[in-house]
Amino acid sequence: MSEVLGIFMTLEGFILSLTVFALAIFLGFELISKVPPTLHTPLMSGANAISGISIVGALLAANSGEANTATILAFFAIVLATINVVGGFLVTNRMLQMIRGKKRGGN
Amino acid sequence: MVEVSSLLDIGYLISATLFIFGIKMLGSPKTAPKGNMYGALGMFVAVIVTVLKMQLSDGGIEGWMWILLGLGLGAAIGYWMATTVEMTGMPELVALFNGFGGAASALVALSEALKVYTSETYEIASPIFQVYHLIPILAIGASALVGWMTLTGSLVAMFKLKGGFTIPFTKKWVRFPTWGPSWLNYVKSGLFLTGLIMILMTLNDPGNLGLIYGIVGVSCVLGILFVLPIGGADMPVVVSLLNSLSGIAAAFTGFVVGNTVLIIAGSMVGAAGLILTFIMCKAMNRELFDVLFKAFGGSAKESLTRTKVGSDPEEVAMVLDGISKCIIVPGYGMAVSQSQHLVKEFADILEENDVDVSYAIHPVAGRMPGHMNVLLAEANVPYEKLIEMDEINSEFSECDVALVIGANDTVNPAARSGEGPLGGMPIIDADKAGVVVIIKRSLSVGYAGVDNDLFYEDKTMMLFGDGKKMMTELNSALKEL
Repeated sequence: MSEVLGIFMTLEGFILSLTVFALAIFLGFELISKVPPTLHTPLMSGANAISGISIVGALLAANSGEANTATILAFFAIVLATINVVGGFLVTNRMLQMIRGKKRGGN
Repeated sequence: MVEVSSLLDIGYLISATLFIFGIKMLGSPKTAPKGNMYGALGMFVAVIVTVLKMQLSDGGIEGWMWILLGLGLGAAIGYWMATTVEMTGMPELVALFNGFGGAASALVALSEALKVYTSETYEIASPIFQVYHLIPILAIGASALVGWMTLTGSLVAMFKLKGGFTIPFTKKWVRFPTWGPSWLNYVKSGLFLTGLIMILMTLNDPGNLGLIYGIVGVSCVLGILFVLPIGGADMPVVVSLLNSLSGIAAAFTGFVVGNTVLIIAGSMVGAAGLILTFIMCKAMNRELFDVLFKAFGGSAKESLTRTKVGSDPEEVAMVLDGISKCIIVPGYGMAVSQSQHLVKEFADILEENDVDVSYAIHPVAGRMPGHMNVLLAEANVPYEKLIEMDEINSEFSECDVALVIGANDTVNPAARSGEGPLGGMPIIDADKAGVVVIIKRSLSVGYAGVDNDLFYEDKTMMLFGDGKKMMTELNSALKEL
């Protein structure tokens, strides 16, 4: 069996992943309750940067010595995910700096 | 070495914990910058752990070149885009980044599909084959369906936020269309079902790449059709929903490559993004279902039959002389014309003459919630001067002049009637002020495509022109008084 199967080689592995998946969804639902409108955009942008976690999947997929189509696709996945991650966190930071700067501006 | 590699999974736990705290802290003004930092740190840990794990696995890393080149190139492009973008272009950039995230998940799924399908792993007749071995196959299809849809949907959203695009090689500006007759919803449902059926078909026929490309195609079209009928004013909600989808795509990718941190972070963002979408809908007094499936504005252009004589800045300056309270209502036009600094200067001049100046911020003014706050903060407007709609609306009755700059739908009294595309949307009660000064390029309709009665009222003074130009002239007229 190929490596691709990973933790799904066993039924236990699959059930465990499914459990983690379900619990993380519940956690996500509870994580945000009241957010002031000012923070809607930074929160969206920050969460968006975190969804760039597919960078991990891209790295795993690119780990091949062969320059075949699969590797090249994974390479583009790394580039796009890294743009999402680096750009996402930086842009969120810039937005938040502005909001903070505005409080200092009150002097 | 296997033990060390397994121990490294603790790193993923740390990374997931940092994400949880990061998202939580981003929801409160005091902790938000730290929350963003935690998120970035979590991502850094996840990448380091992954690289280490790969190096420690049998054979180590074989694709160093791809990995380093990809990370370097992505980081450079991401840094460049995030630091050079104008504040006004921020919403588009978030949409674009979101599309990239979705595309990355989809590409990983496609890459794995090529690997699986070319290997002989999926021999259903094989004696060790178990039904749950089909999970990655299912996940590849699901990740493709959600991921490509996120990409094309985000790109359409980006162009809608920009308002249009320039045709390559010509300098012709085209307004991005909003189109969606009600039968389109059946097409969308049909495409979605087709996608699901194709995913199920891959289970029976895991070696068939044509099916995967079919899913990719269906998903791309679905993403475009999904966002096409939705008006620009609702784009923030759509981007938030697409953000949720890109999280779900990442979680599915987690099932493809068998990685827990992807599953955790992806599903968490998916769920939190959905909640944020509902919160944003509530702020706009809209139902998510209506936003998504009932075409809103943009499509129906009312022909303008009424006219209004424009005023000139000197006239307005005279009206402003000797007043005691002025409320500024900024909108997207202020962002486009980059006139926030001039607005601040205007407020300073008035304040020197003992006029009470404040700003009324509509929850969806601009193209993203908080858009106006960010722009005015850039112009050093004190935080406490920016007052949210619900709190300031009662003050308009005692306000002498309301200056509306580049806003339209958010001050349109037609919303109060409860009918038409704007029906039920809470608005800023600028029409209750003694005199309403509106700076706008023309009488044309806003994003919602509804004519604005406020323009034609007797107490309304229209300053037709670019926000920056009009504010400059108004400020110099004020100084000359």
